Parts: sequence; C-alpha cells; structure tokens
Amino acid sequence: MHPAFSVIFLTTLIGAGQGLFLAMFTAQSYAAFNLLPQPDGHAFYAQGSVIVLVLLALGLIASFFHLGHPERAWRAAAKWRTSWLSREVIVLPAFMGVVFLYGVAHWLDFRPTLMTLPSGQPVDPTAILGVAGTILAFALFVCTAMIYACLKFLQEWHSPLTVLNYILLGGASGFTLAAAFATATAPQLVSFFAGWAAIITVLGLIGRVASLYRNARLKPKSTLQTAIGVKHPQIAQKAQGFMGGSFNTREFFHGKAPQVLRSIKWLFLVATFLIPLVLLLAGMSGAAGILALAFVVQYLGLLAERWFFFAQANHPQNLYYRSIA
Amino acid sequence: MTQLALVIDLNVCVGCHACVTSCKEWNTSGSAGPMVDQNPYGVDPTGTFFNRVQTFEIGEFPNTETLHFPKSCLHCEDPPCVPVCPTGASYKRPEDGIVLVDYDKCIACKYCSWACPYGARELDEKQQVMKKCTLCVDRIYDMTMVPDDRKPACVKACPTSARLFGDVHDPESVVSKAIRERGGYALMPEWGTQPSNHYLPRRKAQIRIHVDELERADNPLKVDGLLPKPGKNEPTLDDATTW
Repeated sequence: MHPAFSVIFLTTLIGAGQGLFLAMFTAQSYAAFNLLPQPDGHAFYAQGSVIVLVLLALGLIASFFHLGHPERAWRAAAKWRTSWLSREVIVLPAFMGVVFLYGVAHWLDFRPTLMTLPSGQPVDPTAILGVAGTILAFALFVCTAMIYACLKFLQEWHSPLTVLNYILLGGASGFTLAAAFATATAPQLVSFFAGWAAIITVLGLIGRVASLYRNARLKPKSTLQTAIGVKHPQIAQKAQGFMGGSFNTREFFHGKAPQVLRSIKWLFLVATFLIPLVLLLAGMSGAAGILALAFVVQYLGLLAERWFFFAQANHPQNLYYRSIA
Repeated sequence: MTQLALVIDLNVCVGCHACVTSCKEWNTSGSAGPMVDQNPYGVDPTGTFFNRVQTFEIGEFPNTETLHFPKSCLHCEDPPCVPVCPTGASYKRPEDGIVLVDYDKCIACKYCSWACPYGARELDEKQQVMKKCTLCVDRIYDMTMVPDDRKPACVKACPTSARLFGDVHDPESVVSKAIRERGGYALMPEWGTQPSNHYLPRRKAQIRIHVDELERADNPLKVDGLLPKPGKNEPTLDDATTW
C-alpha cells in the first residue's frame, strides 16, 4: 500500500494522546488507593488533558487531509453498524468530550464524593469520567486497528497482532510523554511513568517483532493464477491496459526499493524501542531533557513504524499491475 | 432475486479495447459528470476508467498463448467494499444486485478501494469521489431506447460478442447458460466475495472426433430390421429426414 501521511499522523498522534490519558488515569487510580502520592490536579491532570486534547485534535485535523470531500466528513458517522471507520469517527469525538470534561473537573477541583467503594475509597466525578475515558480510549484503539485488521485479504494486517500493537505502541508513546510531562508538573510520578513506559515499550517490541515474524512467513492466498483464473504456472503480464499510471498503480504501491523498506524496518525498531528504552531508564531519576528526547525519538520512530505498517501490506489487486507496458 | 452481471468470454476477446472506449464515452457523458482525464496529451497521461483490458502471456516462448483480460467491477454477491463504507455511499441495490456509489455522499476516504481485492474502484482525482462500473445503470433501464440497446455500453461495443449481459440468478438466462455450459468461473474465489461477473475460459480450437461419433451408437447390434418400418409414402433415409 502507499502510506498516506495523513493517516500516519492520525494514528500516531491519537495513539500518543490515548496513551497519555491512560497514563494519567492510571496514576490517579494508584493515588486513589494510596499507592502513589496524589499530584496537583491543576498542574498535572488539567494541563495533561489539554495536551491529550491537542494531540487528538491534531490527529483529527490530519485525518481531514485524507479525505477528498472533508466538508462531508460528518456523513462518516452513518454506518457504524458495519464500518470500523464509522465507529472510529464516533468514538474519537466522544473520547475528546470525556477528556475535556475530565480536564475541566480536575481544573475546577470538582471532586464531591458520589459514592464509596467497599474498601473505603471515595468515588468522585473525575474517577467516573476517567473510567469512561479509559473505556473509550481502548475502544478507539480497537476501532483504529480494526479498520486495518478487518480487511481479510490484506493478510499482513488481518491479525489480532495489529490490534495488540496499536494498543501497545500508543500506550508506550503516551506513557513516555507522561514521564516527560511529569518532570515539570508531578516530579514524584516520573519514575512511575518512566517505569511503565519502559515495560510497555518492551511489550510493544515483542508484539511488533511477532507481527514482523508472522508477516515474513505469510503465504499469499491470491496468485496471478486465481486472479485471472488460468491454471498455468507461467504467466507474464504484457499490458496493464494503459501506458501511464492510474489510481491502481498510485494507491497500492509504495514505490520504494526493498532496501529502503528494510532500512526503515531497522530504523523504526531502533528508534521506537531501543533508544527510548535506554533513555527512559537513564531518565528514570527525573531528567527532563532525557525524557523529552525519549518521547521525540519514540514518536519519530512510530512515524517510521506506521509508514512501514502501510508499505508492507501487499494488496492482491497488485497482481493485476505487475508490469507497465 | 435478480443479479445482473457480465459474462466475459476470454476465448473470443481479441483485446481491441472497444469496450474500454465505449464505456468511457458513455459514462463520461452521463448525468453523473465526466470521468477525469488528466494530462491526456502529456508525458504521463492518467484518468478514471471503469473498465480496463489487460494482456497476459501464458507459457514459455515459443509455446505461448495470449490472453486478453477485460477487468471491471464484478458486482460481488457479498461485496467487501460495501460494509466498510462509513457514509453508506457504497451500496448494493437489492432489486438488481448492482453495486453503486452515491457520488453525493462519498467523502473519498478510499477505504472501499482498499477493501476490494480486485482493484475495481478508481478515484476520480478531479471530482474527488470513488468511481466504478455501474453496469450502465442509466442505460439498461432507459425505456426510450429500443430493447436491444438496453445493455451496458461495453456489451454493445464488443465486436466479437465476448461480453454477455443478463441475470445470473435466472437459470435460463443467456449468462447462466454460458456459465453452466462453457465452464464459467469467478476471479479469486478464495476470498468468498462471490463475484457475479464470470469469465469463460479459453478453449482449444481443435475438433476431436471419437470413433463412436462416426459409428451409429444407437444400433450397436447393427440389426436394422428391428427399427420401425416407415410408411409407404414416408422418406426412407432415416438419418437425413424424419418419419
């Protein structure tokens, strides 16, 4: 497939936003059970929610560049019964709304006790909004990933690993961002976030390597023989039906040499996982610059990872466009 | 239920591209607006077509066979492009099974083209909507035309009658008979899309006559006397006439 930068930015930006929200609410949950010191609501949760909203909004803006008719984008909410894309279009604004309310509740310190858990912990509106936001964050990961994973003939994507990796990679970048953000707003939480970011980055590495291993061993179900229905081992295309290009030759081919693909694979493995892992462990003590660098490197690595994710998918329609004549 | 479709006879397609130009001519003049041609006289011409004819060489030189392969939307019975559409612009008509795009609803997210394993959909780069074969839906129901003209433009244009048009759910239609009697097959059956369009395979241009076709198979004992005796006024050449 031809990687579209609009979609690369959409998926990586909202992934980091969702991850940051999950990181914030994880910290709040730990703090509710007195496992962590409670950070300052204004500085940490409210400002963090602003960052989440900015990331989600930037992703949303990027997604509009993918559309030929962005003014009709509202129509995309229509077919949520069948289309994962439609579900994403609904869940993303819903998640943004909940994050907004979550941030506002923390900003206003609107935390009246609504009920008490059996273990004695008070439940306030921020906790309920946090749970709702967590559910929506995971729903959004699933929707985004299922857009790709549900296409069964794109065999590189049609796997539970696709969903797992969207969750893990979004989570890793979000927790790394949380660690960098906490150096300024909640220094007592830096090592907590950096530790979890390192763990999720390692899990992400395992998930991504598993999908690379799987994809390297895929046997294409479609062949030129099934594509044109001729059962002969030797078929060569002599003409595509046109001399210039077409939508089919532009949209479904990345047009890069295999060496470029291989280099980008190693680039993203190093930049998304190895370098951030080293920087996270080095910055565990609260070095703001190192953790900020970890997030920047990991995000750039994720851009390369997402580029590779699209480029690696081999669409069966390419069987009809093997040679230009 | 009706399922309109094309059946394409690869045995007689000569790769003249008349169906391609006829399709483009009809559909670019239609009410849905022109199909874009970008840079038509430049170095890298491109544009939107509903139909393409590709050419494949089968076998190793000199024992090769050339196959001309017309390729358009197959109007699948279970079209994977339809459920993925977020706006409902892509739909399959229940009354005749034609898969269509509502150009007023399409947001050009290109997701349907990703979901079509055949690459049948092409984005109109100027109009920014997804386009595909409509089976000339604005032609086949046009009551101002004589019935023989109510067929897709490609079918009308084909000089070798390689393209048949009809209802594949009606077992007595010309397309159903062609599929049944001449080994019609679907493309990429492995994905379960159940394409409605079928292709008829290449056939060997040889006549093989078996011995039993030269001898009378219905009279193995060569006892002609057991046959019913014709009347006095009937002709007697039993193979040439009837009694």
